[in-house]
Amino acid sequence: MYRQTEIISDYSKVPSTGGDLGEAGDLVINIGPQHPSTHGVLHLVITLSGETIKNVEPHLGYIHRSIEKMCESLSYRQFIYVTSRMDYLSSHINNHGCALCVEKGLQIEIPERAKVIRVLMDELTRLASHQLWWGAMAMDVGALTPFFHAFREREAINDIMEETCGARLTMNYIVPGGVMADLHPDFQKHVKEFITLFKSKIDEYDELVTGNIIFQNRMKNVGYISKNDAISYGCTGPTARGSGVSCDIRKLYPYEVYNQLQFDEIIENSGDCFARYLVRMQEMRQSLSIVEQLIDNIPEGDFVAKTKAVLKLPKGEFYSRVETARGEFGVFIVSEGGTTPYRIKFRSPGFSNLSALNHMARGHKIGDLVAIMGTLDLVVPDIDR
Amino acid sequence: MFSLEGVTNFIHTWLNNTFNPTLALLFEFVIVGLSVITLFAVLGLVLVLMERKVSAYMQIRLGPNRVGYKGSLQTVADTLKLAMKEGLTPDGADKFLFNLAPFVVMIVAMLIMAPIPFAKGFQMWDLNIGVLYVSAVSSVSVIGILMAGWASNNKYSLLGAMRSGAQIVSYELSAGLSIISIVVLTGSLQISDIIASQQNGWWIFKGHIPALISFVIFIIAVTAETNRAPFDLAEAESELTAGFHTEYSGMKFALFFLAEYVNIFIVCSIGAILFLGGWMPLHIGHWQGFNHVMDYVPSSIWFMGKVFFLIFVIMWFRWTFPRLRIDQLLNLEWKYLLPISMFNLLLMTLVAIMGWHF
Repeated sequence: MYRQTEIISDYSKVPSTGGDLGEAGDLVINIGPQHPSTHGVLHLVITLSGETIKNVEPHLGYIHRSIEKMCESLSYRQFIYVTSRMDYLSSHINNHGCALCVEKGLQIEIPERAKVIRVLMDELTRLASHQLWWGAMAMDVGALTPFFHAFREREAINDIMEETCGARLTMNYIVPGGVMADLHPDFQKHVKEFITLFKSKIDEYDELVTGNIIFQNRMKNVGYISKNDAISYGCTGPTARGSGVSCDIRKLYPYEVYNQLQFDEIIENSGDCFARYLVRMQEMRQSLSIVEQLIDNIPEGDFVAKTKAVLKLPKGEFYSRVETARGEFGVFIVSEGGTTPYRIKFRSPGFSNLSALNHMARGHKIGDLVAIMGTLDLVVPDIDR
Repeated sequence: MFSLEGVTNFIHTWLNNTFNPTLALLFEFVIVGLSVITLFAVLGLVLVLMERKVSAYMQIRLGPNRVGYKGSLQTVADTLKLAMKEGLTPDGADKFLFNLAPFVVMIVAMLIMAPIPFAKGFQMWDLNIGVLYVSAVSSVSVIGILMAGWASNNKYSLLGAMRSGAQIVSYELSAGLSIISIVVLTGSLQISDIIASQQNGWWIFKGHIPALISFVIFIIAVTAETNRAPFDLAEAESELTAGFHTEYSGMKFALFFLAEYVNIFIVCSIGAILFLGGWMPLHIGHWQGFNHVMDYVPSSIWFMGKVFFLIFVIMWFRWTFPRLRIDQLLNLEWKYLLPISMFNLLLMTLVAIMGWHF
């Protein structure tokens, strides 16, 4: 079922163990579906020789809810709510991608205010997601304290979200044509408070974890993936950018107001876990700067464009993509001209990033596998959908 | 000041006068045994609560605060819960070894208790090879852990046990060498002698730089020996779920848990005895007044204070550092700590021979 892929081209940095799989004396253990470091119901069958990993086989399907099929029976307004349940840590961005695709089909021009609000929410979501990742990542390599520090700041973002969107995790705030409701009057004030809070705390993150010698030893030269392999496996987001692939959708195919903003695409070239870690850490600073640029410049006006009560996409195929916290999220809608999509396909970043796990982890120790999974930033409902 | 020798001697003579010598010895055994078990229970309660409070403080939480005053009875509630639980034995497990393992670990921890002086004149067994006895017996606990890992018939347990075996055997060396570097100074393995030699200053101050180096190595090595983070590979939660005690539940799990904390207490008290003068008060050279004031603090408070300080340091490690990988762990020992401690031992011998220490 799981064929050995042929596209692995660069073995020079991977300490290969050689030999066929399933020799006598190999230890096959199941990591998951219930395991503290898989962050959800991911099932990995790993073949070990001693402590060295010879093969990793991810088994999916434990949280498959057939969201794509469900969407076919939901209208273009309704199906967006389901997508919050895919990558629950960047639900705003998922909704955003779907809304963009529907708007593309309907050819609606959305108000400037809605665009800015969407980008603000996206970046706050990205920050929250990266904060959670940072805590979980440190927990994967054995440091338990950073998790709580990360949650302290994430709480501030959750409060902001709760105030404006009414929800803390699955927001469902972005609708075709704009956003569901206007910003809360206190939004700007609270976001500014958060910016001042987080600016000091992100340095604390670096002090606590990034500079730690044990942490660096665990991260450096672990889980190497070359630029070519990253492209071959379809890695996107920080995972690919850690290997030197320029793939930030916000830069390459700018949507909303991203082309008017000043921010850098973070690219590291070493391709190991530490590179992926650094990319995410610097992305937090970039997101913070985007929020800072926008928070005082929210234009006045409508927050949602006038749309018909029942949306009907013209016959055809529509594709849109956004950059979530984990990578490229694509929405592909095939419409027959009705009120529901004929077929929907989501391209989720987690699925492609997970496919590179075997390549990265082979030849390393069990502890490294956990660290690699941490840097891939897997969200299992996003992989399984 | 505050010697407890009077109390212990009084009990001894009273028992001998009242009963015949054999019976008196038997009673003494019973008293000592009961006090060890009580001490175990109290240590378990205190240390688990301390760990939870320390971690809560470091993690900006409150920690347990519902059961008892500020959560002081939380451990009692937890222990009750564990005692009520069914002690499962997995189907494919080696039943005898599986059930024996927690007791081996526990008994080892109890045995090391014997030569530790908790206060002046309050020591169960002042044998003449005290330090050697401690380092010899403490390495037996690895057998219990290997037993648990092997008998559980679980691959996670086996991996955890194998890691633990490699780890404890390796770090035993540096711990032993740093103990020896103090023995070189005192010229005696007997714990009462080692403490008596620190009357006018603790070895960490008197022994110059070599003593400081061996203290640091000792702390690192015993953190590894007790399977504490950042060396908690045997029960690496994010990798092996719970390592060698994955399959244990109920009271059998509680015994492992308790043994871990008691082991921390023991290694920290060995550290306090060797480097920080055991129950000896802090004396500085010829400051008569200062020394006199220090003498007024009871010796048990000195001892416990030092031990709990070291325990706090070890807890501090746990809640700050990420975990090492198994090969990094062994590299640290064999490539860095062992050569350094060997060289340090030579240096210490030089210091002792030339009489450069105070």
